[in-house]
Formats: sequence, structure tokens, C-alpha cells
Amino acid sequence: MSVLTVAGLTLREAVRRRVVWALALLTLALLTLSGWGFSRLAGLDTEFGDLTSGQARLVASQLLNLVVFGLSLIAALGTAFLAGPTLAGEVESGMALSVLARPVRRSAVLLGKWLGLVAVGSGYVAVAGLAQFLVVRWAVGYWPPQPVAGLALLAGQTVVLLTLALLLSSVISSMASGVVAVGLFGATWVAGVVGSVGEVLGNEGVARVGTVSRMLLPTDGLWRGAMHAFQDPTPLGIDVAGSPFLSEAPLTVTYLLWAAVWVAMVWGLTALTFARRDV
Amino acid sequence: MTSGDRAVEDTRTAAQLVADLPASPAVWCSGLRKRYGRRTAVDGVSFTVGRGEVVGLLGPNGAGKTSVIKMLLGLVRADAGEVALLGRPGRDPLSRQRVGYLPELFRYQPWLTATEVLALHARLARVPMTEAEGRDRLAAVGLDGRAGDRVGGFSKGMQQRLGLAVALVGRPELVVLDEPTSALDPIGRADVRDLVLLLKARGVAVLLNSHLIGEVERVCDRVVILDSGRVAAAGTLAELLGRREVRLHLTGVDGRAEARLRAAGTVTGGGDRFTVALPADDDGGTVPGLVADLVALGVCVHAVEPARISLEERLLGILRGGTGAGNGGGAS
Repeated sequence: MSVLTVAGLTLREAVRRRVVWALALLTLALLTLSGWGFSRLAGLDTEFGDLTSGQARLVASQLLNLVVFGLSLIAALGTAFLAGPTLAGEVESGMALSVLARPVRRSAVLLGKWLGLVAVGSGYVAVAGLAQFLVVRWAVGYWPPQPVAGLALLAGQTVVLLTLALLLSSVISSMASGVVAVGLFGATWVAGVVGSVGEVLGNEGVARVGTVSRMLLPTDGLWRGAMHAFQDPTPLGIDVAGSPFLSEAPLTVTYLLWAAVWVAMVWGLTALTFARRDV
Repeated sequence: MTSGDRAVEDTRTAAQLVADLPASPAVWCSGLRKRYGRRTAVDGVSFTVGRGEVVGLLGPNGAGKTSVIKMLLGLVRADAGEVALLGRPGRDPLSRQRVGYLPELFRYQPWLTATEVLALHARLARVPMTEAEGRDRLAAVGLDGRAGDRVGGFSKGMQQRLGLAVALVGRPELVVLDEPTSALDPIGRADVRDLVLLLKARGVAVLLNSHLIGEVERVCDRVVILDSGRVAAAGTLAELLGRREVRLHLTGVDGRAEARLRAAGTVTGGGDRFTVALPADDDGGTVPGLVADLVALGVCVHAVEPARISLEERLLGILRGGTGAGNGGGAS
């Protein structure tokens, strides 16, 4: 009961504070720009005459992943900066006092906030991702092979980041938690690219950078799984290992389980920290 | 009588015994201790607030009043000590089910309307509340007409009034008010005083932390004075304030009249102005009898002013000089 009340409150906050509108405007701009770009890509066939259908699908896959990366960035930034103020900000401002003095467990308040943020992040990813697929289909006739699985992985990436932001928010200030969460998200993505370059070069040490970072923070691993679900499955005949917007292989079940365990562990740690925090 | 009948009878007797027990206090805390780093904020604080009792929590800034309140409500973890609210251990969130709280740092969701804030707290307190009830509650704190407005547009005083309405959600049996008049104008302060008296009349226990000592003196049954994290004194106002005095403006005082004055109590002053300290067991008849006798002795009585050491004077005395320190009435 308290969990649903707090989840509803978090959703209402996102709507009333115009977070949803800001996300919608950013997404609309991105969709418009990508629609224009993809329509120009369709024209390449006739302009140069040397783009095979396979190559066109490859380019479309890569561009789709690039644009979806933009969407995932918006979702990640949005939820990370929402998650920061929701714990630390409310404690700092005193807003948490009257709520936590009610007959509610802090873990229930945390779960409610987490569920509300998951709904905002996942809802955004689903709607914006689907809109992007429709734009690409309209422009170049490309439809990703596993759209639902890919969007689910993108939503998973958002959930991982907002769970991390909540943990940080339970121990440091709201602004710092948002900045650190987004910084770690970016650092992990860069580490993933570095790891891919290491694989291309056959340098095991450099390649391990990506592997370790994907274990420590599963955002990049889930992103790579999503990319694989969106890109064209036909053999491309090129080495995709070094590309930041193409993925070599789908995610393993073990890795997905690890991501779930990671979220559960970080959530549990947040609950423990929040329960012990003086407000 | 069969063994089954005997068991039923025993159960009934036990139930009756439990029913006859006095109600557990609204607040019970024992040995509360809290340190922030090297600084000890609260050091062995114990007191109770009885059902329907209004208790004032007084003390200088940094005495630990707000920390004690937060420990009572589970907002701050005590390093040591026990808390029970309305008969339930403080670590059980349900102990706060019938507790209202106005924090010192009052802030409510700026994106919600005043009615929505009340509805949110009713849901969290697990009590039903209709929209009309919410509007009535807002009207009671002077926010009628602003029920549908977003809290973000409220002044500090209006937010504090909203906080009072929030504290009354769920028909509380205990209301904790931490500096409830800090942002209010004189009318608002009078409203809070009336509200506390109304709660008292309804049998709701109130724990009131306020720097407005005059208000505390007017509404509180008992006072707990904290200093440097410890209970410096506690007791009823009569216990804390002690003797009462009467100041007299008299002319035509002769030896017999002076003797009559001395018979009533210790006399200070002279000329035409006297102060008589009344005995502790005065039942209210000393002053009328004294005045009647003085008039009979031919003394002109120009003024009779009852006087009592104020709570403020007593508080300053305790905090500055340690006068009466050591739990005047015992931190019951």
C-alpha cells in the first residue's frame, strides 16, 4: 500500500515537474533529426549507386544504434538526475521528515521510489524506442530483428543506472549523486569501447578493461546486448568488434542473471544505508 | 467446574486484569543517547508524556530538543536508549500510526496541492479521509480557499499552517509539534495555542517544543527542560515555578497591619508597597482573608496583584545558574 502510494507520488512528481515534458521535447527533436538523416541515407542508393542492400542495412543498423544510444543517454541522464533528488534532496530539504514519521518502513518508501523511477525510465525507453523504429521504417524500410528484447535490455540499462543513482543518493548530496552516476555511466561506455579496441588488436589486457567494467557496472553490457538485438542479423562480412555501435554477440543468460543480481545487491545496500541514515 | 471452564475463567480474569491496567503513556523514553562525531547531542534523556497530557520541551539552542523528538519518531537512530509510543516499541513503524508530527524544518511536496498533501498523508497513515474532510482540516488552520493551490506557491507561514493540518491527519492520539510557530504571525501563534488547547480538551497528548515560553506556560501541564543534551529539570508548572507571591499597594499601614502581613507569609518591601510570599499549602483563601483583615484594620488597599515567578525566569535561572537543576519534579 505504502509502496504503491510512494510509486504514484514519484510518477506524479515526474509529470508535474515537467520532467516528462522535457524528455518528450528532447526525444521529438532527436526523432525529427534522425528522420531527416535516415531519409537522406535512403537517397544514397541513387546518388552513388554502389550501396548494396546489405551495406544499406549495415549502415541503417549502425545509425539506428547511434540514435538509440542518444535515446538511452536521455533516459539515463533523466532518471539519474531524477533519482538523485528523490532521496538526498528530500532529506536535505526536510521533505522526508513528515513522510518518514508516518507508519511506513523506509524500505517501502525506497521500493516505491524505485518502482516509480523504473516506470518513468522504462516507459520512456519503450515509447521513444518504438517511435524511433517507426521513423527508421518509414525512412529506409528497416525494422530491427528483436525490437522487444532490445528495448527490454535498454530499460534494464536505465534500471541499473537509476539503482546506482539511488545508492549514491542515500550517502552523498543529490547533485553529487547525479553527477557521479552519469560520470560512471560514461566511463563504463568508454571502457567498453576501449575493451573492443583491445579485442581487435588482440591485446588481452586492454580487452579485459571492457570485461571488468561491464561486470562492475552492467550498463555497457546491457547496451551491447540491445545493440545486437537492433542490428541486421545477416552476416555483414566485416569485422564489427571495434565499432562502438555494433555488437558481435548476444548477451549470455549468465550475464543477464548477473545484471539482475547486481541490481538486487545494490538495491539491498541502498535499503540498508537508507534505513540507518539520520534524517 | 471442568478444566475447560476453569481455563475460560482464567482467561477472562487475565483479560480483566489487563483491561484494568492504566493506559500506557503516549510517550515513554529512557536513557536516550546520541552522538554526532565527537559531540554528544543527547545524553541519557528519559521522560514520559501521559495520555492527554500537554508537555513542553524547553531549552536553549543546541540543547538536543529536536534530536530527542527525531529519536522518538524513528527519524534519528539513538546510540542507546528505548522509546515507546502509545504502548508500542518505537522501532515498530505501527507505533507511529496515531501520531501527528510537525517538523521544525517543514517542507511539503511543492508540486502537490494542499488537499493532495493531506490525502497523501492519510494514505501513508492508512486512514480514510474524504476530500471534504481534507478541506475542513485546511479550514481549521486558516487555509480555506487555498485547498486546490500548489504548495510551491505557499509562503512559509502558510506551509507551517499546512504542516499543522498534516499533523492532525488520521485522528492522532499524540501530536508532536517542533517549533510550530516559528514562521507564524501573532494571529497564527494564537491559533496554534487554541489548537493545542483544543487537542488537550479532546484528550490528545501533545509534545510541544517551542521557544515561546509564555505560550508553553499557558498550555502545558508539564515541562521538560533540556540543557546540553541532559534533562536539567522536569515537572509540573507548580513544581517548577514553586512559590506564589502577592504584591500589595497599601496606605495607612501600622504595626498591627504589618503583623497581619507577616502572619500571611514572608514580607519584603516597605513604605506603601509590600510583597508577601504565600505558603506552599495556600488553598486560595490566604489573599482574600488578608485583604479583609487589612481593611478591617483601617488600611487603604489600593492594589492587589498576584505574582508568580515566570517560567522564563525559572528557565533562565536553571540554565544560567543551575538553580533547581537535577530534575525539579523528577523526569517522570
